[in-house]
Amino acid sequence: MGLEMSITLRINPIMCDGHGMCAELLPEIITLDQWGYPLLAAGPVPRPLTGLARRAAQACPTLALLIEETRPKHR
Amino acid sequence: MSTELVRRGPAAPPPAIPPYRPPQARLPRLLAGLSYYRSVGLREHEHRYGPIPWRGHSGRERPERLIDVVDRSGLTGRGGAGFPTGRKMRAVASGRGPAVVVANGAEGEPASGKDRLLLTRLPHLVMDGISLAADAVGAQEAYLCVHQRETELLASLADAADARYRAGIDPGPIKIVGIPGRYVSSEQSAIVAFLGGGPAKPTFAPPRPHERGVRGRPTLENNVETLAHLALIARYGDGWFRSIGLPSATGSALVTVGGGVARPGVYEIELGTSIGQVIMLAGGPTERPQALLVGGYFGGWLTAEEAWEIPMSQPTLRAAGAAMGAGMVLALPVTSCGLAETARVVRYLAEETAGQCGPCVMGLPALADALADLAFHGGRGRATGQIQRLLPVIEGRGACRHPDGATQLVRSALRTFSAEAQWHDQHGACYGVARDPLLPVPGDEEREWGWR
Repeated sequence: MGLEMSITLRINPIMCDGHGMCAELLPEIITLDQWGYPLLAAGPVPRPLTGLARRAAQACPTLALLIEETRPKHR
Repeated sequence: MSTELVRRGPAAPPPAIPPYRPPQARLPRLLAGLSYYRSVGLREHEHRYGPIPWRGHSGRERPERLIDVVDRSGLTGRGGAGFPTGRKMRAVASGRGPAVVVANGAEGEPASGKDRLLLTRLPHLVMDGISLAADAVGAQEAYLCVHQRETELLASLADAADARYRAGIDPGPIKIVGIPGRYVSSEQSAIVAFLGGGPAKPTFAPPRPHERGVRGRPTLENNVETLAHLALIARYGDGWFRSIGLPSATGSALVTVGGGVARPGVYEIELGTSIGQVIMLAGGPTERPQALLVGGYFGGWLTAEEAWEIPMSQPTLRAAGAAMGAGMVLALPVTSCGLAETARVVRYLAEETAGQCGPCVMGLPALADALADLAFHGGRGRATGQIQRLLPVIEGRGACRHPDGATQLVRSALRTFSAEAQWHDQHGACYGVARDPLLPVPGDEEREWGWR
């Protein structure tokens, strides 16, 4: 239970050049705007997609797609 | 653990220093010692305010407590964001390694004049604040930034800093730095980048300046007005500061009133003063105002009727859809066109993008085009819809708040001038577009285009 970790995607807009690789690899979460820059769906990445999200982040040519890991707080 | 000290109230003044008596319980405070035609020198400054307090007690415990006093005073940043100053100082003081203090006097807002007024007339009040803040957070370096084209101001500030250093007031001379006069260059991460040797462009957060700022050091960055308030709080205490203003927004603030008013200029107001009173302070409207732009180019438009009774403070203005920003109030007469004014400002903001983030680089010019269509050429029934579709694609997608500021301005314009927008979209430009521009936008000759 306590080991569950959720990830959230974030974009560094300065690094992003709009290659569109992320939207190609992860269309479930990422779409492109009219200029080709990524738009992210709100909220954390659904569990079944976390592996694909990590792969999309690795594939970004400018390393602009960032993974933020959020651990659930211990009480 | 420090509550004991807090309960006891302000400490008795050290023997060598005469007691500081507040010159004014109410107003003016910052502007009490203002001279219209010259800068107040060090000797005159010390004669008026007494020597700088909290000093000569090199024990660490006293400067630490200045942060507590600032905390209790409720002072918030006067540069635009309105963040609690005490909390910011505490974050920097608890950071790793020696800290850096940066005073931001590079007023990016073309319509604002308060920082310039303070720096040209009361430089030592600001520098007292810099010195006290540096002491409190354990900083060994302090910078004061103004626009690099203001060569006269740079020289006079360098003289003032030198005089203080020679008089033994500051442990090291405050470094006066000229930064590029671009709109986004006075954003705090841009100044940090510039002081670190880079271009004066905003950077991606995290890290934030208070964690890792100038050359990786924890950096306290404050607007010069905030630091001037700090200099007075250190002398007269937090109770004095809180004795005017609202519980949620304490003390006084400088505002720049402009547009269609009889006496445009910088005024000091008690926070919570209604916008209508602020307009009357500046001599009242010269023509019946239809709307007010409150908070500058990152603020928002309000109709004159709804704005008149709203108290000037960050929370009340946010709730109304405007912002306190750096304290600007601009009155728009009924004969002007609010859409044309907004279109010119948005064009300027689009040109002032740092060119880093796609949605800002592509989105702001598109927004400026659509708005210019609506204002000057008539939208043929399509422009408002186009603007409404662009706004969500631009918002929240930059590294800094530049695109968000522009969209907030446009949203407030469409709300405040909704009837006009509809009319423009269907029938074309109104007669108001022929009027001279009211909102100041720097001309091409005065603009700077570089980033160093």
